[in-house]
Amino acid sequence: MSETARRVRVTSPRTSAARAQRVPPAREIDAQTRLGEVYMSSLVRSQLRLALLALTALAVFVGGIPLLFWLVPDLSDVEVLAVPLPWFLLAFAAYPFLLLVGWLYVRAAERNERAFTDVLDRS
Amino acid sequence: MSTAGFSVVSVTAVVVVTLAVGAYGWRFSRTTSDFFVASRTVRPGLNASAIGGEYLSAASFLGVAGLVLAFGTEMLWYPVGWTAGYLVLLVLVAAPLRRSGAYTLPDFAESRLESRGVRRLSALLVVAIGWLYLMPQFQGAGLALASTTGTGPWLGGVLVATVVLVNVLFGGMRSITFVQAFQYWLKLTALLFPLLFMAAIWLGDGAVSPASVDVVDPARPGDSWVSPLAGGEHEVYTTYSIIIATFLGTMGLPHVVVRFYTNPDGAAARRTTLFVLALLGLFYLLPPVYGGLGRLYAPDLVATGRAESVVLELPSRMLAGTAGELLSALTTAGAFAAFLSTSSGLTVAVAGVISQDVMGRRFGGVRAFQAGAVVAVLVPLGLALVTEGVGVAQAVGLAFAFAASTLCPLLVLGIWWRRLTDLGAIAGMLVGGGCAGGAVLATLLGVGPEGWGGALLSQPAAWTVPLAFLTMVTASLATPRRVPPHAARTMVRLHTPESVQLDRGTPPR
Repeated sequence: MSETARRVRVTSPRTSAARAQRVPPAREIDAQTRLGEVYMSSLVRSQLRLALLALTALAVFVGGIPLLFWLVPDLSDVEVLAVPLPWFLLAFAAYPFLLLVGWLYVRAAERNERAFTDVLDRS
Repeated sequence: MSTAGFSVVSVTAVVVVTLAVGAYGWRFSRTTSDFFVASRTVRPGLNASAIGGEYLSAASFLGVAGLVLAFGTEMLWYPVGWTAGYLVLLVLVAAPLRRSGAYTLPDFAESRLESRGVRRLSALLVVAIGWLYLMPQFQGAGLALASTTGTGPWLGGVLVATVVLVNVLFGGMRSITFVQAFQYWLKLTALLFPLLFMAAIWLGDGAVSPASVDVVDPARPGDSWVSPLAGGEHEVYTTYSIIIATFLGTMGLPHVVVRFYTNPDGAAARRTTLFVLALLGLFYLLPPVYGGLGRLYAPDLVATGRAESVVLELPSRMLAGTAGELLSALTTAGAFAAFLSTSSGLTVAVAGVISQDVMGRRFGGVRAFQAGAVVAVLVPLGLALVTEGVGVAQAVGLAFAFAASTLCPLLVLGIWWRRLTDLGAIAGMLVGGGCAGGAVLATLLGVGPEGWGGALLSQPAAWTVPLAFLTMVTASLATPRRVPPHAARTMVRLHTPESVQLDRGTPPR
């Protein structure tokens, strides 16, 4: 197996050829290149999608209440813990719900920002 | 001592404490930057208490209970909406607005759209909204003082206006996060403490459900009082209009926006807003209970048109003797804390805009600010004395509708949509402001028509807000060459976390 063991001498690296340079994403964003735009729009889109998700939850579960009671007026007679259902929903249940949506939003928004920071710091 | 005597003492105490702390703070903060630098060290909990203290106004403290007493469950949409407004603010505006580096809304508008015209128009709108919101504060103060001490209805308004003016002129109030924070907890205590006694009495009386009585008003039996829809012919439209106005109007209130700069960074702005959400939810659990108990123990207030004083009168009606009078005096003190904190915050925000954007550079900084403060207080005070017939909560509702139709589209599209142009923003604010402003004027003057037209005018948000958004988008798309040259850089500033080293352009100032 002497052929495979034959040595190959490397004479010189191809210094004249352009090496693939890694440009940090932060500089891409600063220079407003196409790639920088992609980084930025991915952050903005992810945050916007998250915001719209939270607003949809708000619109459906809180904004849906008048529609629900308009379509099914008999629901007003239902009682929860001896309190009429509309009163229970609007005077008590709405606030913990708003707080929950806000808390989940803040967690997810900070996660999005961490992902963005990681991408920029990694290189 | 009589009820009036206790009330005079408690109101005097609140006024004196406010003035004293204001004078104390005067030594600490001579310039605006003192205030902001100090605020950077404020923990989110304290900062959130201050925001809550400033935000919970006469409408929250007196108006909600009165409306619930008079009209029932549908009026719970106001407190729910005012809290949900903070959630909308949190998800759409909080962090980017802090990162924009703007102190005020006109600052934000100018730096985002790179246009003086947008700045001027948004400054005018801020002043208009501030006045519309200050007016009911003065009205509420007059009402509170009149119902507890029997003075003329104008005295309370003049008293609050004077205290606010003195404090703002001598530079105190604004600089002290502690006063505002203290006033949140005072307001909470002033409602919670009497409620403990009153709940005990209510349980002792057999815990009758407020929904089961229909003695208040033959036209509104218990059944309709429970319905979450506004009564009348166009109940679904009216309810949704209230929802849209309150959900989207919060972000456009001048004193709310100013507060965001006090956070150290965007992430802290979000956490503070979340904290505010919790504090508001906690507070708004209480006023509706006053409304419900008022239905059982003070139903005559509705017939005599004094439903809004239920918070002030209920304790002395349910508890005999000195105990009841003391508790009533406590709620009166809380009400005055509400007027003072909200009016002070609004006056400072409006005075800043007047001195900077309306009066120009002819005066020096502090002089202009003081002159602006005088104008900022006197105009709404005059309005309050003229338009006495409009309810506190209704006037506040109109301010929200106006803010939702003008500044909300500017903020939301400015933050999330790169192709917004200055002409688009101006067109949208003019159309939204014109329509909502016309409706507000017609309602304030009482010249609205009956039927559908009246419903559309008295609750305009459901059609003016979409119209304003639509105009802003259409006009921006029609003027694509006017997209601000540095829009991309501004978006980087608004949306990227501060920890990343990036070129963010030049923030305002």
